Amino acid sequence: MEMLSGADMVVRALQEEGVEYIFGYPGGSVLHIYDALFQQDKVSHILVRHEQAATHAADGYARATGKPGVVMVTSGPGATNAITGLATAFMDSIPMIVLSGQVRSDWIGDDAFQETDMIGVSRPVVKHSFMVRDPKDIPEIFKKAFYIATTGRPGPVLIDIPKDHTAPNKTFPYEYPKKVKLRSYAPVTRGHSGQIRKAVEELLKAKRPVIYAGGGVVQGEASEALTKLAHKLNFPVTNTLMGLGAYPGTDRQFLGMLGMHGTYEANMAMHSADVILAAGARLDDRVTNSTKKFCPGAKLIHIDIDPASISKNVAAHIPIVGPVRQVLDEMLAMLDEQDSEPDHKALERWWQEIDGWREFHGLRYETNENGPMKPQQVVQALYKATDGKAYVTSDVGQHQMFAAQFYKFDRPRQWINSGGLGTMGFGLPAAMGVQFAFPDAVVACVTGEGSIQMNIQELSTCLQYGLPVKIININNQALGMVRQWQDMQYGGRHSQSYMESLPDFVKLAEAYGHVGFKVEKFEDLEGAMNEAFSLKDRLVFMDIYVDPTEHVYPMHIADGAMRDMWLSKTERT
Amino acid sequence: MRRIISILMENEPGALSRVVALFSQRGYNIETLTVAPTEDPTLSRLTMTTTGDEYKIEQITKHLNKLIEVVKLVDLTEGAHIEREIMLMKIKATGAQRAEVKRTVDIFRGQIVDVTATVYTVQLTGTTDKLEAFINAIGETQVLEVVRSGVSGIARGEKVLSL
Ligand SMILES: Cc1cc2nc3c(=O)[nH]c(=O)nc-3n(C[C@H](O)[C@H](O)[C@H](O)COP(=O)(O)OP(=O)(O)OC[C@H]3O[C@@H](n4cnc5c(N)ncnc54)[C@H](O)[C@@H]3O)c2cc1C
Ligand SMILES: Cc1ncc(C[n+]2csc(CCOP(=O)(O)OP(=O)(O)O)c2C)c(N)n1
Ligand SMILES: [Mg+2]
Repeated sequence: MEMLSGADMVVRALQEEGVEYIFGYPGGSVLHIYDALFQQDKVSHILVRHEQAATHAADGYARATGKPGVVMVTSGPGATNAITGLATAFMDSIPMIVLSGQVRSDWIGDDAFQETDMIGVSRPVVKHSFMVRDPKDIPEIFKKAFYIATTGRPGPVLIDIPKDHTAPNKTFPYEYPKKVKLRSYAPVTRGHSGQIRKAVEELLKAKRPVIYAGGGVVQGEASEALTKLAHKLNFPVTNTLMGLGAYPGTDRQFLGMLGMHGTYEANMAMHSADVILAAGARLDDRVTNSTKKFCPGAKLIHIDIDPASISKNVAAHIPIVGPVRQVLDEMLAMLDEQDSEPDHKALERWWQEIDGWREFHGLRYETNENGPMKPQQVVQALYKATDGKAYVTSDVGQHQMFAAQFYKFDRPRQWINSGGLGTMGFGLPAAMGVQFAFPDAVVACVTGEGSIQMNIQELSTCLQYGLPVKIININNQALGMVRQWQDMQYGGRHSQSYMESLPDFVKLAEAYGHVGFKVEKFEDLEGAMNEAFSLKDRLVFMDIYVDPTEHVYPMHIADGAMRDMWLSKTERT
Repeated sequence: MRRIISILMENEPGALSRVVALFSQRGYNIETLTVAPTEDPTLSRLTMTTTGDEYKIEQITKHLNKLIEVVKLVDLTEGAHIEREIMLMKIKATGAQRAEVKRTVDIFRGQIVDVTATVYTVQLTGTTDKLEAFINAIGETQVLEVVRSGVSGIARGEKVLSL
């Protein structure tokens, strides 16, 4: 059998798993592995400027490709810097592998230099974790780690490797396992046919149905099945923030996003529905508003691969545990074989009602004559300049909601944002990961002057690797989302939500070797956007000044039902 | 509602801490916890008692099942079962009390496993209720020290929890 050092095994295992990129930052405990990486050229290492950015870049890569993102960090501070990225990936069920160095095994527990109990610190934010206790276990651990991260409900897996187990002068027999042996882990591969049949009967009887599809449809590659089913039944579809793109955003049957900042028509339709088909969505509190008042007349059919997501927040009438694509395909097959039709008459009335809501209050905002630009206008200009085809990553705040509302995503994996954890600082590194995955694609990062400063150092990484990301900084000179809550709930007392002493972002971009534009007037917006996107091989930082007083609407009224919304600063349902 | 959940899990370092951490992370409570390897040394059997409504118990079992190291899980309280807890106890035994303590131990079918001039060490096995009844019967003022194993349990009849 082939004999390899622990470090070489790590690198070989990554190669066997088809890893193209590993995002990381070196340090003492991983130096043996860095040396092994140096001596091969199959896996490219991307040097970031902060470990948090490594995790978000790997995460962006994973969200855009469906393949696991891979990260390497050193022990102690390197490892703890990766925690926010692990938590971000965990909350949104993103497949990721984080390799963290650890102090030598005989020093563990001694408060050694740069020792952190990474298994302990990361425990609540990983799907699983492994500590390498013997170098000969490395192949099996890697095989299991990749399998666990990518199957069932995906998630991040941590592998903690003590430095002595990667020493170059000690070799061990190496064989990469062909199959995983895990008696205690068997993700569901099929939904229960009896349940699926019951669900289909319910769908055929429905008079006011809504399909509520989430991130699981994107993760589970089920967009095509979802679109077919919706078209076949002529049912309206709404997506969660994580599900945007799972159903084409420009399709007539699409109601837009639902939830706290969802569209009026999506939230009204949900509230009035008699049957809701929740597919790969987890009835998050940003969606349901008060669960006690949630969709009072609806029967809930809930498809999820994770039984713990079902009946967690809202009890399901027909639970279906299984991969959403297989379940939707089986539904389609049943509909074909039965040759049965939905209730067309009732659906016609239902669509009339929905169109009425659309007409009464589709997404809208007031523009300022001569005054400052509106953030929504920036997103619409971005949509136009990119022909609706860009990968859009986002940070967290008002700009994120405006992007979700006003950019119509037609493809799954096109919209990349941190929904569950809501991590400011996610957008730029995530865009890097997307750009690595698709070097020729147009990648835009919609951000705010608050969020961008949380990982601004990555401008340097972008220069090193020539990543032509377009940064759309919707600059409202405020932590806008915080400020909005203070306006609405704290009598307008803007405690610490004002961003003073903003840097000159144009000069900053230039200092990092990039191009910067400042845009202050609406009439300059379109031209500047077009110019930025014509610079195909340059990173352009667009610093776009917008109205600091703008709010995101609709907005759920706290503790109300889905239909209880503020529609503007003065109107409510 | 009190539940006895019995788990077969990989006998690996770190597995137990994941189970325990799950309870604090998700705000569930553990009343008792016992764990030891089984006849198959690669597996541990863990028994815990917890309380919660049906909804909470369902979430607890779903989340426990999600832990990679958990191989099998059963809620023993869903069917007929046998539960036992073992208690060791030091009891003041002087003067007239000495005979009285001995009588109570006999009634509860406990054993005196160690004796000094002033103290009986008693071993008692039974359900949680029985152990508590015994403590009450002895009276708190007489009790010097109590150590309890936590509940172990097994289903009645032919059902077995194994691979
Ligand atoms: C400022 C801010 C505002 C927000 N406002 C909103 C809002 O207005 N509306 C909104 O929707 N969200 C909003 N969110 C996001 C929200 O917090 C949640 O992240 C989001 O609602 C969850 O989306 P989801 O239900 O699609 O679940 P996800 O987190 O995407 O989870 C996916 C579900 O699908 C399951 N799954 C995964 N793979 C499969 C598969 N192959 N088959 C079957 N099931 C699978 C998983 O088990 C999981 O239950 C906001 C976030 C922020 C930061
Ligand atoms: C790391 C982190 N810290 C704090 C928050 C809370 N938070 C949510 S939105 C927001 C303001 C974001 O400001 P900015 O990036 O300028 O976006 P805007 O809302 O102004 O568009 C804050 C502070 C968060 N989501 N993430
Ligand atoms: Mg801002």
